[in-house]
Amino acid sequence: MSSDLKQELKEKIIEQLNLEDVTAAEIADNDPLFGDGLGLDSIDALELIVMLDKDYGIKLADPKEGRKIFESIDTMAAYIRASKA
Amino acid sequence: MKLEVYINSIGSVSVQKTFDDSGFLDEVVDYEGTSVKAVDPTYRDYIPPAAARRMAKGLKMSAVSSHNALKEAGLDNVDAIIVGTGLGCLGESEKFVRDLLDNDEQYLTPTRFIQSSHNTVAGSIALDMGCKGYNFTYVHSNISFESSLWDAKLQLENNEAENILVGAVDELVEHHVTTHQFIDHIKKEPVSREQVLRSGTKGIVFGEGSHFFVLSNQKQDTTYSRLIAMGIYNTLKKEEVSDTILVFLHTNGLTLEDLDGVILGINGDVDFDTIYQDLANGIFQTIPQFVYKHLSGEYDTASGFGFWMANKIFKTGKVPEVIRWNDIKVSQPKRLLLYNQYRGKNHSLVVLEKC
Repeated sequence: MSSDLKQELKEKIIEQLNLEDVTAAEIADNDPLFGDGLGLDSIDALELIVMLDKDYGIKLADPKEGRKIFESIDTMAAYIRASKA
Repeated sequence: MKLEVYINSIGSVSVQKTFDDSGFLDEVVDYEGTSVKAVDPTYRDYIPPAAARRMAKGLKMSAVSSHNALKEAGLDNVDAIIVGTGLGCLGESEKFVRDLLDNDEQYLTPTRFIQSSHNTVAGSIALDMGCKGYNFTYVHSNISFESSLWDAKLQLENNEAENILVGAVDELVEHHVTTHQFIDHIKKEPVSREQVLRSGTKGIVFGEGSHFFVLSNQKQDTTYSRLIAMGIYNTLKKEEVSDTILVFLHTNGLTLEDLDGVILGINGDVDFDTIYQDLANGIFQTIPQFVYKHLSGEYDTASGFGFWMANKIFKTGKVPEVIRWNDIKVSQPKRLLLYNQYRGKNHSLVVLEKC
């Protein structure tokens, strides 16, 4: 279940953010999504906030939370699981 | 005293391999269809992949064509950026509206909104080069490019700017093609590049492209031509076109004998090409006639391709066989008139002289 969610997140991120040259297999679960990892930026962060709301029904009350939640696929999956629990 | 206006450099991405400036229609790209897409350069040679992934097609094409124009002019920055576009980055606009509908006006993401405005291209180029000068986008159907040209001409003549980047861009979007086929503005049946201008059917073959030019009031080694006259007429009756052109030439101290060729915007729409045919068989009968929309496709700023072509003719001294419309030959033309209209409206006249 957990790895299914992580795979799903990778595929959604690639599609949503037009990461044309990246495959899901190339994203490690603990790779940083921002900065030196995938190199995402602040506009991508907004896209991810919308994705959480639209696809998982999770609204981020405080956008500053995003810094920790979007650290990696691991942290995103953990946050989604915790929110659904 | 009015200063002269020179075209100092050109850059183009189009249905033909115009991004490669080393030749001039040496290898013509053929097609068969009702729409035809631009030949893509290797965008990653010009745009970092991280930036390109968020760019609309029109923006990517313009990043390349504006880069090439600036490079040829030897400039890192300009005094003004003026872009003409009929529909802007239409693909992103359509996606944005579709998201609105599909998601009941919820979950709208920023990227498509940012890209969906008409001034995305002019704004993005300015941001990229750090140009804080005049930045304007004209959205005037098929005189969008000419409106930009006119604005630049006035500023340069009056010495309000020295170097201006002027562009023309429109992108092809499938939904636009489908809807315009319903109303016969785009052809319903596929047609080939060789046959489109004599197809005898309603509508046009839709294309796309981006064409940028550095205009300046200072002549330099790279200068292609001088813009010596232009006119725009939003409405003209068919029977008024010939006289209007003659008056335009007279007003600018020119006669038909001064022209070494005319570049006509014939696009293969049987309902409106008669305006061009009347000229071709009338006042332009003894003048070499050239065409280009079988090479570029038709779109609001396709006249930018004609403008690019005129400047390539001057620079290379060649008139490729594929652009000849009548049998009158000319070698190394020195003065060309470009005439364009779309569906009988928005007529434009531009006279360029070789430098």
